[in-house]
Amino acid sequence: MDLWFTENHSDSVRFSIRVDKQLYSEQSEYQRIDVFQSLEFGRLLALDGYVMITQKDEFIYHDMIVHVPMAVKKDIKNVLVIGAGDGGTVRELCRYSTIEHIDLVEIDKKVVEVCEEYFPEMTVSMHDPRLDIHFTDGLRFVRRKQGEYDLIIVDSTDPFGPGEGLFTPEFYGNCYNALTDTGVLVNQHESPFYVNDAKAMCRAHERIKSVFPVCAVYQAHIPTYASGHWLFGFASKGLDPIKDLDEQHWNSLGLKTRYYNTELHKGCFALPSYVKEMLETGEVLDVRR
Amino acid sequence: MLSQERAPIYEALKEYRAKRIVPFDVPGHKMGRGNPELTEFLGRECMTVDVNSSKPLDNLCHPVSVIKEAEQIAAEAFGAKNAFFIVNGTTAAVQAMALAVAKRGEKIIMPRNVHRSAINALILGGAVPVYVNPGVNKELGIPLGMTVEDVEKAILENPDAKAVFVNNPTYYGVCSDIKKIADLAHAHGMYLLADEAHGTHFYFGDNMPLAGMKAGADFAAVSMHKSGGSLTQSSFLLTADTVNEGYVRQIINLMQTTSGSYLLMSSLDISRRNLALHGREIFAKVQSYAQYMRDEINEIGGYYAFSKELCDGGAFYDFDVTKLSIHTRDIGLAGIEVYDILRDRYGIQIEFGDIGNILAYVSIGDRELYLDRLIGALNDIKRIYSKDKTGMLDHEYINPIVKLSPQDAFYGNKKSVPIEQSSGKISGEFVMCYPPGIPILAPGEQITDEILAYIKYAGDKGCFLTGTQDLEIKNIMILDE
Repeated sequence: MDLWFTENHSDSVRFSIRVDKQLYSEQSEYQRIDVFQSLEFGRLLALDGYVMITQKDEFIYHDMIVHVPMAVKKDIKNVLVIGAGDGGTVRELCRYSTIEHIDLVEIDKKVVEVCEEYFPEMTVSMHDPRLDIHFTDGLRFVRRKQGEYDLIIVDSTDPFGPGEGLFTPEFYGNCYNALTDTGVLVNQHESPFYVNDAKAMCRAHERIKSVFPVCAVYQAHIPTYASGHWLFGFASKGLDPIKDLDEQHWNSLGLKTRYYNTELHKGCFALPSYVKEMLETGEVLDVRR
Repeated sequence: MLSQERAPIYEALKEYRAKRIVPFDVPGHKMGRGNPELTEFLGRECMTVDVNSSKPLDNLCHPVSVIKEAEQIAAEAFGAKNAFFIVNGTTAAVQAMALAVAKRGEKIIMPRNVHRSAINALILGGAVPVYVNPGVNKELGIPLGMTVEDVEKAILENPDAKAVFVNNPTYYGVCSDIKKIADLAHAHGMYLLADEAHGTHFYFGDNMPLAGMKAGADFAAVSMHKSGGSLTQSSFLLTADTVNEGYVRQIINLMQTTSGSYLLMSSLDISRRNLALHGREIFAKVQSYAQYMRDEINEIGGYYAFSKELCDGGAFYDFDVTKLSIHTRDIGLAGIEVYDILRDRYGIQIEFGDIGNILAYVSIGDRELYLDRLIGALNDIKRIYSKDKTGMLDHEYINPIVKLSPQDAFYGNKKSVPIEQSSGKISGEFVMCYPPGIPILAPGEQITDEILAYIKYAGDKGCFLTGTQDLEIKNIMILDE
């Protein structure tokens, strides 16, 4: 049998993964949820046809969205995570004993249920006593908060579906409000490569920049995401992602990670020239016909 | 009873298209083939039904078949004797009803906060307005509806008036006691005209203010393209059995195009069907959206999304809860400033902003996600932009001093003067903010320092001022005395 899962990385680029079988498929209130057993990547979760995580490369994404801010600001106690119903981000956060409380806001309860069933290694911390899960819209949740969180992680889908509201200036502004004076916002920041992703990425950057005084972008290589070249945003009211990195402290925690390390931390903020230029000018080179 | 499941114009167009008629008539684009760029832009399906009046498709000026049938079904849906398809905007419907009831020199009793189209009708036909000052909510600074007492006083003082004109509701969603006003008008032999440019849904939703035809109005101008979902510029004029159908059609034909657009007419037909069959659920949803947003916005603080709690049995007799009107002055920003910030910073376009309020139009086309975007943006605007409110102008309505009828003033001998030198003179033209298109000055009214200060303030805050010959509103036409 020749069964393939295909995602369009752009209108004219496709990315295909051979699938052994489909384990789950349902249209929730918000999106279509699919779980496949693939041959190369292990289990794969797709939302509206886009790969969210695979067993093989999820560690890269979750390492980078959690350990980068945690190594910069060591006194993080109260965390808000938006999206992330798959549990991977919470799993990494829960490895820090210094974290006292996590609010997880996921709009789609079904995603959490499906991941608990099919991705047990990712959802190990979903019943941690420090965790409160709220099934509501992130924008709605965050606008009621003021000066509460040391860290907000926006682990969203792309800005073209239910995640759209999490890429808006009002959302970033409300996050600013919800953070403490030394708080940090980290977000999934799209890819700089294909034109539509790059435009969304530039828009997001411009909007965050209009709200936060410190605003940096870092990168990782995530093979199953469009082009494999993926970005994250680091924004704060003052903390610098590199100058304020406390390597010694983080390394003393003895956390074993497969992607993140403090050397990589310093390097991942060094961006290719074309990405830097795009972030500065907001202009995306388009050679498409 | 005709079935509300029918849509005769839509059905006729589909049949016409299926017959692949060879067009040797207008429009010259011939179902899009003659204008490939436009066809690519609007879509082939759309272009193939942009066709001309003909026997199978009837004629809007003199309907005898499918348009007539569609009009009858629409009349039944709205509880009217007759419904007229209007393709020149609700402006045309408002003008037709005013022109149908009052000739040159005859009086119509109306609130001053009418849409410009009502006063335009007076310029065209020469009828004379008897203005009833609307109630004003001092705190919000907005004009309201009319009290029954004020209307009664105007009727008793002007027993020769031909009609009473009512906004049902106002732009902000405020309703007068239209039933009592209709009864009063009829008791004195006057027609009741309802401007329902913002009231289409009153006919179909539950828990809505009373619709004009149900209150006994003789005429109602209903903007289907607002809450009804049809294409921009399409509208209905409804009439009761007290009105001569043939005469009204002649009046409509004085100004309406003889090339009625089938895109607009089919949109009226399909939208009427949708409202008749599903209106109740649709507007229940819209109400719940608007209420959710009101609750959330009021929780932010500094904003006041008002609703039925302001009903007072008088000039604020009832309120359309689908309207999301928000008072912004307490965060130190004019409505128009919030309107501009929402668009420029947050990419959110709302219906209008004036001196103290904004109006966000909520409809069945909304998605829950977008409701939260607007709420989130208002929250953020308060965080970033709110300031002290002292020094802000606090009213939207100035009682007019009427010196001449609109027609006499408009067609009188006029000259242009710099607007700041016009105080004390009689205006020969309109000045208004658009939206909402309610005149600050109408032809025949005296210009005062207060009005000039208001115009300047509105312009400085960023309102889009219109009405004068001078597109920059630096000069105004005044009556040459």
